[in-house]
Amino acid sequence: MSEISLKATGRGRRRLLVNRAAESTAVLAAAAAIAVLAVVLWSVGSRGIGAINVDFFIKGPSSDIFGGGGGIAPAIVGSLLLVAVAVAIALPTGVLTAIYVSEFAPKAIGRQVRLWLDVLNGFPSIVIGIFVFALAVKVKVPVLGIGGRQSAIAGGSALAVIMLPLVARSTMEVLALVPVHLREASLALGVSKWQTVLRVVLPTSFGGILTGTTLAVARAAGETAPLLFTCAIAGQIVDWNPTHSVQSIPLTIFEYSESANPAQHQQAWAAAFILIVFVLVTSLTSRLLLERSRKKLGLSR
Amino acid sequence: MEAASVPAGLPRTRRLGDRIGDGVLYGLTAFAAFLAVLVVAAIVWRVAAGAWPAIRAFHLGFLWHNQWNAVFDEFGARDFIIGTVVTSFGAILLSAPLSIAIGLFLSELAPPAIRTPIGSLVDMLAAVPSVVIGLWGIYVLAPFNAQHLQTFIHSILGWIPIFGGDPHTPTTMFSAIVVLTIMTLPITSSICRELFLGVPEELEEGALGLGATRWEMVRTVVVPSVRGGVVAAVILGLGRALGEAIAVTQVIGNFIPLHASLFSPGDTIASRVANQYQGATTNLQIAALIYLALILLVITFITNLAAQRVIKRFEFQRTGGG
Repeated sequence: MSEISLKATGRGRRRLLVNRAAESTAVLAAAAAIAVLAVVLWSVGSRGIGAINVDFFIKGPSSDIFGGGGGIAPAIVGSLLLVAVAVAIALPTGVLTAIYVSEFAPKAIGRQVRLWLDVLNGFPSIVIGIFVFALAVKVKVPVLGIGGRQSAIAGGSALAVIMLPLVARSTMEVLALVPVHLREASLALGVSKWQTVLRVVLPTSFGGILTGTTLAVARAAGETAPLLFTCAIAGQIVDWNPTHSVQSIPLTIFEYSESANPAQHQQAWAAAFILIVFVLVTSLTSRLLLERSRKKLGLSR
Repeated sequence: MEAASVPAGLPRTRRLGDRIGDGVLYGLTAFAAFLAVLVVAAIVWRVAAGAWPAIRAFHLGFLWHNQWNAVFDEFGARDFIIGTVVTSFGAILLSAPLSIAIGLFLSELAPPAIRTPIGSLVDMLAAVPSVVIGLWGIYVLAPFNAQHLQTFIHSILGWIPIFGGDPHTPTTMFSAIVVLTIMTLPITSSICRELFLGVPEELEEGALGLGATRWEMVRTVVVPSVRGGVVAAVILGLGRALGEAIAVTQVIGNFIPLHASLFSPGDTIASRVANQYQGATTNLQIAALIYLALILLVITFITNLAAQRVIKRFEFQRTGGG
């Protein structure tokens, strides 16, 4: 009795081989991307963790040019200040913009606002730095006492321009997930529109707005380019005054990375480690929270 | 959603407070939206105004002149523009096929259980700040390139001028291309994944049911139905690569005039602007830097608008005009 072979031959075999090759390419590409991430994280972790101690968080840079030691306390405080200024500007503007688009605007205008927010999101961050530089730093007349020189307010404003489209777009997405019947129920009870927005729509989407903002903060905290021209030349001490130019973690990494002093390279790796931990932890938790708030609204994807 | 209007016969019962509240909220939100759009206009206006002294001094000749000499106040952008175009397109050439492959892996190939974790890992790559990628670029990637990758490519393809020269330089255009590839990869691949996931399941199952292999299904059904979207995703990645300043300035070596070889230092528009932040002294030099930023703004503005157009049209098609 002769057996019939089920093995593909000829053309069929070639098709299967091509398929196998394509599938392996896809797997390899994904593996390569994850390998790059792993290598970056490992490099930063293994080189940075050695320089981290208590002094690193509470002291300023050591005044000894060739010695190690010292810390980045001024940069940590400065980054906090910059991000606080950015959130104070971008959060209200972004959320109000999103409310306008999703609750009030005619469709055509809403589409335009969305489009220009996306365009703004695509602007290079260095150009936004140059914009704030030309608007508030390189002017003769001090605007509100902050113009005419670099300051944390100028740097924070540049970061706010970067955060604005992120906050506004993510808030729009969450507002769109709030069920229409909640709004209608409120309006049908005779509640006015503004009360409906403030007491029904916003509380329902609070979690989503929070996570969208956190993602934007993670992005802004790591931005260097907008600060180069707006908040770069600063003293070496902890400074809480937002009208002064302050140090920041990304700029510290940037400057130390190009320095000739090996002790500063180590500090750069350590600062990078702190920055990356902050960025990854905030963006991961906010993503998880976002998933949860989506599920809570019964609209998980 | 429109609020129902009050029928003519009923008395208006809305209290004064509500009328004021509605007006105030409407005014505030409309003002914020206006501000958000105004920022775009203000950026274009301020950057153009800041560049004006340089525009008046060099006119459009700035674009094809090739010096950067602060002592004699001679500035030109040619090599920066070429450097930007070469590094960005080089990065896109590498990252586009990789991103499409990753998108396919995450949407069609990977078992559902590992899709989300692997997708999040790829997204995490996008969250790594550019200054950290740059730091890693200088001390890990660039030396690796000089010792292994560049030497290897040079030994095989060294007879082509762009791979010629001395392959042992660490900070090169090539290192910048690799860094930009890494930075554009997560953007393009996550859009590709969303696009591929949007292809109707019936079409895919139909192709498989007719006996197509998975690759044939991808090639004949999945990719053709989202081709425009994939192009837009690649253009968005390109926009990111064109504008990246920090990581590029850290690894590219900041040097003009350009060499024919990718294995030599170079410079881009964004990296020159970033690199000169403390060195700009004369007013004309500052204006010339802002002129560079203006060129960058115009380029990225056009690329982004084009990508948005394609994506909008594509979403419109997919949702049937909804």
